[in-house]
This record gives sequence, C-alpha cells and structure tokens, in this order.
Amino acid sequence: MNVFQVIGHNTLASLAKLGRASLFLIAILKGLGYVVMHPRLLIKQLYSIGVLSFWLIVISGLFVGLVLGLQGVYTLSRFGAEASLGVMVAAALVRELGPVVSALLFAGRAGSALTAEIGLMKSTEQLSGMEMMAIDPLKYIFAPRFFAGFISLPLLAILFSSFGILGGYIAGVELLHVDAGSYWSQMQSAIHFYSDIMNGVIKSIIFAWMILWIALFEGYDAPPTSEGVSRATTRTVVNSAFTILFFDFLLTALMFGAS
Amino acid sequence: MISIHNLSFSRGHNKIFDNISLSIRPNKITAIMGPSGTGKTTLLKLIGGQIKPDKGNILVNKQDIHALSRTDLYNLRKKMGMLFQSGALLTDMSVYDNIAFPIREHTELPESIIRTIVLMKLNAVGLRGAKNLMPNELSGGMARRVAMARALALDPEMILYDEPFTGQDPISLGILVKLIKTLNETLKITSIIVSHDVEETASIADYIYVLSGGKIMGQGSPDALYNSDNAWIQQFMQGKSDGPVPFHYPAPNFETELWHN
Repeated sequence: MNVFQVIGHNTLASLAKLGRASLFLIAILKGLGYVVMHPRLLIKQLYSIGVLSFWLIVISGLFVGLVLGLQGVYTLSRFGAEASLGVMVAAALVRELGPVVSALLFAGRAGSALTAEIGLMKSTEQLSGMEMMAIDPLKYIFAPRFFAGFISLPLLAILFSSFGILGGYIAGVELLHVDAGSYWSQMQSAIHFYSDIMNGVIKSIIFAWMILWIALFEGYDAPPTSEGVSRATTRTVVNSAFTILFFDFLLTALMFGAS
Repeated sequence: MISIHNLSFSRGHNKIFDNISLSIRPNKITAIMGPSGTGKTTLLKLIGGQIKPDKGNILVNKQDIHALSRTDLYNLRKKMGMLFQSGALLTDMSVYDNIAFPIREHTELPESIIRTIVLMKLNAVGLRGAKNLMPNELSGGMARRVAMARALALDPEMILYDEPFTGQDPISLGILVKLIKTLNETLKITSIIVSHDVEETASIADYIYVLSGGKIMGQGSPDALYNSDNAWIQQFMQGKSDGPVPFHYPAPNFETELWHN
C-alpha cells in the first residue's frame, strides 16, 4: 500500500510542478513585448549569458575538432578515404556535436548561473520586493534572460561548429597532411544548407528553450535556503543534460531518420 | 484604511491564522506583535496580495485585495511601500539606482527630476552621501534605511515594515525608531509595523495587536497592554522566560527519557 502511496504522491507532485512550470513559461513569453520596449535589459543579459560564454565555446569547439581530425584520419585512412575527412568532421559537427556539446556546456555555465542567481534573488526577497513595488519580476528579471539565452545558444552552436571545422583542418591538413583542397571541396559539396546546417540550428533553438525553461523555473521554484538553491542548481545541470540528450535523439530520428 | 475580516490561513496542516479580524486606522502607527513563527510576515504578504487567504477578506482602501485584477493590484501596490527584513535591495544596482528604479519604471519623469526626488528621499533617511555605494558595501542598518528611502520613492499612502528592528545595533535602532515616527508624523503615512521587539515598537505605536497561535491574544494602546491583567500578555510584554508559555517545548518526563530509552 505504501509503495502505491509514494508513487501516487510523486506523480501528483510532478504533474503539479509541470503545471506551475507551464504557467511560468506562458507568463515569460508574454514578457516579450516588455523586453522589446526595454532593449537595455536584453543587451545586458546577452552579454552575461552569451558573450561571456564565448571563449568556453570557442576553445571547446577547437579541441573537439582537433580530436575529430585525428580520429577521422586514423579511421578513414584504412579505407583510403582521407579525402572525405572534411565531410566527416563538418557533418558530425553541424548535425550533432555543435548543437549538443554547446548546449551541454551552456547548461553548465549559463544555466547553473541563472538558477543560482534567481534562487538567491528569491531568498534575499528581491523578487518579492519587486512585486511589492508593482514591478513584475517575470517581465523584468525572467523574460530578458530567457530571450537572451534563446538568441545566444544557436549563435554559440554555430561558433562551436565553425571552430570545430577549423580544428579538424589543423589536425587533418596541417598535422597529418590530408589534402587541403579535398578537405574543403568535399565538405562544400556534401554539406547542405537546409538539411544539415539549418537542422542543427533548429536543434540548438529547441535545446535553448529547454535549458532556459529548466534553469529559470528551478531558480524560481527553489526553496529560499542555501540547501534549496544548491539542489536547484544541481537539478538544472542534470535535468538539462538529460533533456538535451533525449531531445537530440528524438530530433535526429525526425530529421535524419528517413534519409 | 485596511480592514481584515475573519481571516484564516494555513500552510499544510499548520494553521497560521484562525478567523482573525483587525483594522488598521489611517495616519496611525499600528503594530502587529507576537512571538517568532506566529505568521506576522505572512500577514504582511496577505495584505500586500502576494498570497491568498483560505477564508475571509482583506480590504485595502475599501477594495478587496484578493479580488482585484493584476493591473488593479499593481496600481494599489504603488500606494503601498514595503520594507523587507533583509532590505531586499537589488544587488546589481547602486543605492541611487535602487531608489530611482520604481520611479523610472512607473513614471515618465525626466532624469533631472528623478535625481531631485532620489536625493530628497536619501536626505530624509540621512544617506545622501552613500548614493554611489553598492548594496554589498552597506551595513545592515544602512541597507534598511536605503530600503526605507526606496519604499518612500513613489510617495505611498501606507508603509508595511517587516521586523524593522531585528538585528540592529543600538545606534541604528534609535535611528530607525526615530525615522518611522517622523515619517508617520510629517507625511501622515499609515504605518504597519510587524515586530517582536516590544520596547522599541511600544515606544512609537499608537495601537498594538498581539498575535499568537493564530489568534489575537490582546490589543490596545501600548500602556493598556503594559497594564493588562492577562498573564500571557504580561509574559510577552515583560519578556519573562516562564509563564503561560512554558520554557520547555512539550516533551515526555525528563527522568523517564534519560533512563529508559
């Protein structure tokens, strides 16, 4: 009997949380007008969420590309297909690694910071204080952060892929002497704008949506204690990672499964 | 100004208010007192419309605050200032910008007039010289005074003070007591103080409600409460360690618990 009680209780609690999170998301989306009217709020968040993630994304992208280049040459050379290295590196990056790894890094860097920041704002009564000043924190605090992340992540994913391709070039062409012409020309002819690049961008838009929704809501819903904020921050990173990988599978199946 | 009718509120199984009614008169200082954990802050949140009661209603300026639309509620809140225990200053803005913040959000005033208003409010709390400091550079007492200046920014009709005296050194305490009294006298602001600091609160309040266990245990002017013949009120007002509220949290017999575990 007790087991059923626990299952029932947990199910109801999860459903209630999902309901609260959905209402929260709707309220944030309604804040779009406010954000458009107050571009300074958006620019400030674009800087702290997007620009400050720049070096993390660029350096990680470069190293992932270097590794792809080394491993790619090793495998492809067994079939005498080193000339296809460019296609392999670029396809792996723009379709999968770019959106997924940049989203995971983004959840770790920007998502956790957002949850902690908002959890602390809640525990120091800054959110209540704003409400009592008749200023809606959902519009003033949450909406700019949401839309800033929404704009930043796809751009960061594109940067990640670009620097990854550069890394592949350095490892394959400069270090292992694959022909530079075939690296670029095969990539150019095999990678398509819509089916490869745009699908990757769509993925990162969806990941951005998920990460920001989780990060902002966990901060908003966190118990206002040090333990509560710390647990919420952990949940943001863990749940974002799961959600990203699950949706990546789903989206890959939808986008590339039939071809 | 504010009247509360048959208010009940509970958190889980914990009944915080059990059918209480009270009224707060305009232009006076009304204190809500009681031991920690009696839901004094919850009462302020109910008055501010941040949480909804289970039963009963709260009329502010003859409007039922929990029946208002979001827009009307926000319009009413512009007439209310609230001083939070922590100050609740926005940590990413300077003192000056914290006070300018509600004015910038709610009015179309030019920056030169906003500057004049901010300096006037800061001067009123004696912190004009601290306008360029960040909230993390302020002491607890200064933060509370800045928060007070911010609560006054929109010239409210009433101010809700949440534990304004808790954790203050004697000098800050004296300043805060004086400020609350002066603001009430000069600006005729209806003031509600939630506190358990008997001496300071009683020195400036016009009327006091003492809450405990979800009920109103006593009410009246400070003198009437000091002279009350109710033993509970006496224990609270005099701060005695034992009385109707026992020193010990309910527990089984000490000897039994020590020897037979």
